[in-house]
Amino acid sequence: MRAPLSWIKEFVDIPASVTPQEISDALIRVGFEVEEIIEEGAGLTGPLVFAKVLSIEEITEFKKPIRYVGIDCAEAETRYVICGATNFAVGDNVVAALPGAVLPGAFKIGARETYGKTSNGMICSARELGIGEDHSGIMTFTDTDVVIGSDALEKMEINDVIFDIAINPDRGYALSIRGIAREIASALGLSYRDPVDALRSLTFTAAGQGVMAKIADPAAASIFYLRTMNNFDPAANTPLWMRRRIEKMGMRSISLVVDVTNYVMLELGQPLHAFDRSKIKGGLTIRRAGSAQDFTTLDGQIRTLDPDDLMVCDDEQPLALAGTMGGAFSEISASTTDIALEAVRFDPTAIAKNSRRHKLSSEASRRLERGVDPSLAEFASARFVQLLSENSTAQHVATSIAGEPKFSPTVQIDPTYISRVLGIDVPPKKIAEVLRTIGCDVEEKSFTIDPPSWRSDLLTAADFAEEVARMIGYDSIPSILPPRPLHASLTPVQKRRRAVASMLANRGFAEVQTFPFTNQETIDSMGFVGERAATYRIANPMSEEFPLMRVHLVPGLIEVAQRNISRGAKDFAIFEMGSIFRSSQKLQPFISPDLSKRPTDKVIAEIFASVPPQAYHVAGLLVGKVENEDWQGKPRAYTWQDAIAYAQDILQLCNFEWTVKRSDFAPWHPGRCAELIVDGKAVAHAGEIHPRILAKYGLPERSVAFAVGLSALPASDLVRPVRVGTMPAALQDVALIVNQSVSASDVESALRAGAGELLESITLFDRYDKLGDGKISLAFALVFRAPDRTLTGAEVTALRESAVAAAVAKTGAILRTA
Amino acid sequence: MNSAEIASWVIDAQKAFTAAKDLEELKSARLTHLGDKAPISLASRGLGALSPEEKASSGKLIGDAKGEISQALSVATAKLEADRDSKVLLEEVVDITLPVQRSHRGGLHPISIIRNEVSDFFIEQGFAVEEGPELESGWLNFDALNIPADHPARTMQDTFFIEPLDSGMVLRTQTSPVQIRTMLTQEPPIYMVCPGRTFRSDELDATHSPVFHQVEGLVIDKGITMAHLKGTLDNFARHMFGPDVTTRLRPSFFPFTEPSAEVDIYFNDRWIEWGGCGMVNPKVLTSCGIDADVYSGFAFGMGLERTLMVRHGITDMHDIVEGDIRFTRQFGVGL
Repeated sequence: MRAPLSWIKEFVDIPASVTPQEISDALIRVGFEVEEIIEEGAGLTGPLVFAKVLSIEEITEFKKPIRYVGIDCAEAETRYVICGATNFAVGDNVVAALPGAVLPGAFKIGARETYGKTSNGMICSARELGIGEDHSGIMTFTDTDVVIGSDALEKMEINDVIFDIAINPDRGYALSIRGIAREIASALGLSYRDPVDALRSLTFTAAGQGVMAKIADPAAASIFYLRTMNNFDPAANTPLWMRRRIEKMGMRSISLVVDVTNYVMLELGQPLHAFDRSKIKGGLTIRRAGSAQDFTTLDGQIRTLDPDDLMVCDDEQPLALAGTMGGAFSEISASTTDIALEAVRFDPTAIAKNSRRHKLSSEASRRLERGVDPSLAEFASARFVQLLSENSTAQHVATSIAGEPKFSPTVQIDPTYISRVLGIDVPPKKIAEVLRTIGCDVEEKSFTIDPPSWRSDLLTAADFAEEVARMIGYDSIPSILPPRPLHASLTPVQKRRRAVASMLANRGFAEVQTFPFTNQETIDSMGFVGERAATYRIANPMSEEFPLMRVHLVPGLIEVAQRNISRGAKDFAIFEMGSIFRSSQKLQPFISPDLSKRPTDKVIAEIFASVPPQAYHVAGLLVGKVENEDWQGKPRAYTWQDAIAYAQDILQLCNFEWTVKRSDFAPWHPGRCAELIVDGKAVAHAGEIHPRILAKYGLPERSVAFAVGLSALPASDLVRPVRVGTMPAALQDVALIVNQSVSASDVESALRAGAGELLESITLFDRYDKLGDGKISLAFALVFRAPDRTLTGAEVTALRESAVAAAVAKTGAILRTA
Repeated sequence: MNSAEIASWVIDAQKAFTAAKDLEELKSARLTHLGDKAPISLASRGLGALSPEEKASSGKLIGDAKGEISQALSVATAKLEADRDSKVLLEEVVDITLPVQRSHRGGLHPISIIRNEVSDFFIEQGFAVEEGPELESGWLNFDALNIPADHPARTMQDTFFIEPLDSGMVLRTQTSPVQIRTMLTQEPPIYMVCPGRTFRSDELDATHSPVFHQVEGLVIDKGITMAHLKGTLDNFARHMFGPDVTTRLRPSFFPFTEPSAEVDIYFNDRWIEWGGCGMVNPKVLTSCGIDADVYSGFAFGMGLERTLMVRHGITDMHDIVEGDIRFTRQFGVGL
């Protein structure tokens, strides 16, 4: 919302000593965020005068049209200027900057030789004066607006300060100069003149039959003023002062009737709509659209109405999308002479729905959906009649009123509540005083407050607490730490996540955070199927390219890896932690319990259960070499073993025991993917990424990845350590020949089982696959130790033989000799 | 055996050891003067043939002499070893300034770092760290927070809706539904913060991202006032931005708080909007089954990206969301 200081000053006596910055600070203090202070006409000095075009000489020998223009500036002689615009004719009134003037951008005007002529000044466009963007031609004015030779700087109020203010949704009243001026007055302790006061006594005589107003849906509108006027001369122009104010508010001047509706809306905050009376059949009724039909709004768009749309209709058809936009059929045209002016206090929700359904946010709907002062339907429509009568030949015919204004109820509060909320002592007397400043009537005995008509948001004690706080200043509230519990800690799950992230970061992984969006093509090319491919769709995605929620972290890592590679990175490891969104359950229609009390436990449980579970994963992607290549030589490349090792490191960090088995699992290489199982549940996968995926996404061959379902992991048990043995250890090596299809882990567990409790550790120290015949050799180092004695040679031999026997029995291994 | 003879062996040995130019020469000198065939060794072996009286006196003489010779050997050895070390190890000198770090430099994403930092700060203040789902019920994200369906406040936050629309599921636009979940499941007093990922359909540009992070805080207890809110925010701001930072509350509007405020910080010589806050709207307490006549509370919320950008002077959001390893690596693990 813009607010020009020149307009505000009509309603507040602001001393010249108060700077725009001070006004801005005051507005911020009471809750109005000034986004910009625009100094219009800054750097512009006169002389700037109105002039009449007397002659035009077209100079044609140049590439562009040039005019040598004679102008009357009420001087003894005609003044001649050079001009490149062609939008004016002899007899037009223009604004001329005379030698000595300085235009914005430190552009000094002087007499100068150009295009073979002497130019004695300049006739100006809006942009050259710094008051608009229009540079298509110079500004022209009607005879009634200007006096030739008079000072244009003052008449056009060019030097002005415009505050651009962000208005919060609860302060609809401040979407008007009336509201902003009131806030400035109360924030600075200045006296305020309500523009509505001057309208209260305004009466108009009836001079015929007007259009009748009717409200068919009382829930949607409380009060409807309909003023009929006639005898309007469509040739009438908007006076310069009004046009300038409308432009300063960031709107365009359209025609006198439309300009007056906009002017009144900007001044008071009540949207108005003017109909061409000749197009109205019968009366005007506020009702729902009912049976679906098409409706053309005045922006030329054909809109399909919803039966619930609130409309202003005549006896035959809808004429306006209520409070949102008028219809093309009945809009004010260049031949309109009779006008029906509508001013309604609509129900905010009805207008919000209109606006939302048709994706149409207008100046009118923005105000109405925030709630407009119910008294304004009468006064704003009166202001319209007043202004149009003053500035044209139009005359009031009749006023029809339907319904009556509904004002907010009075509120009784406990004034000590305010001190209790704010944490400072505010005596009831002070509270009453502050509330009166903002327009409330306060009965101090029972502390009953009658909020002003424009504050439909003041309903509860908390609402009044905010009003008191902002008027006495938030800075008067002290800063005190609350009493608080002595202890809190992260949950085990939170600690575990941190430990995993720290470990990976410390071991060379860079953490990334990607958007959790994906698309079907990615899901398909990763090879996800079934429940691992099913996900939720965003109804309004940022782009149609990514309308789905991710089902896995690796695709996002692949995309990030691609980006890093395209920027020159070669060898790196990255990881991400976050939620994935597989649609494990079908979404049900939403539950929306009443808000006046806590829902029942059953309903709360249903609401919680309606939200699908979202698994929390960590995944890593390793590309290229394990170290950076440098003068020390060429490091080895990452292999599937690295990916599995990192996944196991994560499980180890959490103190789990796990088993490993080979798995054919997307997006991994079907022969090079390990599944890690904890408590019988697959919790992690790791290995080489499927070569087809690497090729498709342009990642180096043999890139590897792991993914661990952190939320699937059980709680870690408390560590109960085994006593550290101090007796000597006995080392035994065994080499076994097995079929290639036998996994090392099976051989190892068989050895473990056979070796018994005295086995302290077992390490695969050699693997030889060149034996031929589909055989491989696996060599293990076994360490035995007894807690209480030195093992004898015979004992150790027996233990080793028992281990080998188990491996032979379980895996068909043959002991390799020599 | 005469004592003069024994003394001469000692002197000979000392001379020879001192004369040795390197450890090799010393070795042969040792064999000569302390080896099996050295005079002193032979004399020592000859002791057995002597009478007990002679054995005692000569034994002592020989023992002392052996000690002196050994002592001379140690001194000579120490000297020659030191000479050798200073010569040989000097030849083994390397350029220790060569680049040796070749492992990949890892790092936590700065959002994780700041999230941990915020969580730790509040844990120390006795606040729990609560979490909730990112795909969330619209009732918890809006309605329960006093944001009715057709209120303009809903359009303040551009929401991502999940299909089917009648499910009312959204990508949470704020972490506030975690506050509601906490109030619905826990009895006051409640002291908590909820850092987490949030979503709004804003185009990605230098200062906005459709996916971002917030941290919100909630306190519900008896006698909680706006002064407590200020105290908590001041403390928090000093922790994040240093002891010299000042805060300012500006009246504002949020449906779930009343009174509401924006919190600004004065940092690097200018006022910067940091977040929103206010006293929990009694309507919200009532909807969650908390007696608003007994309990009051405050809530606040900040953007983690914004906090990070302001504090570290990051000028473009793209760096935070693109996953370029060069960006993350600069932060290390946040120490």
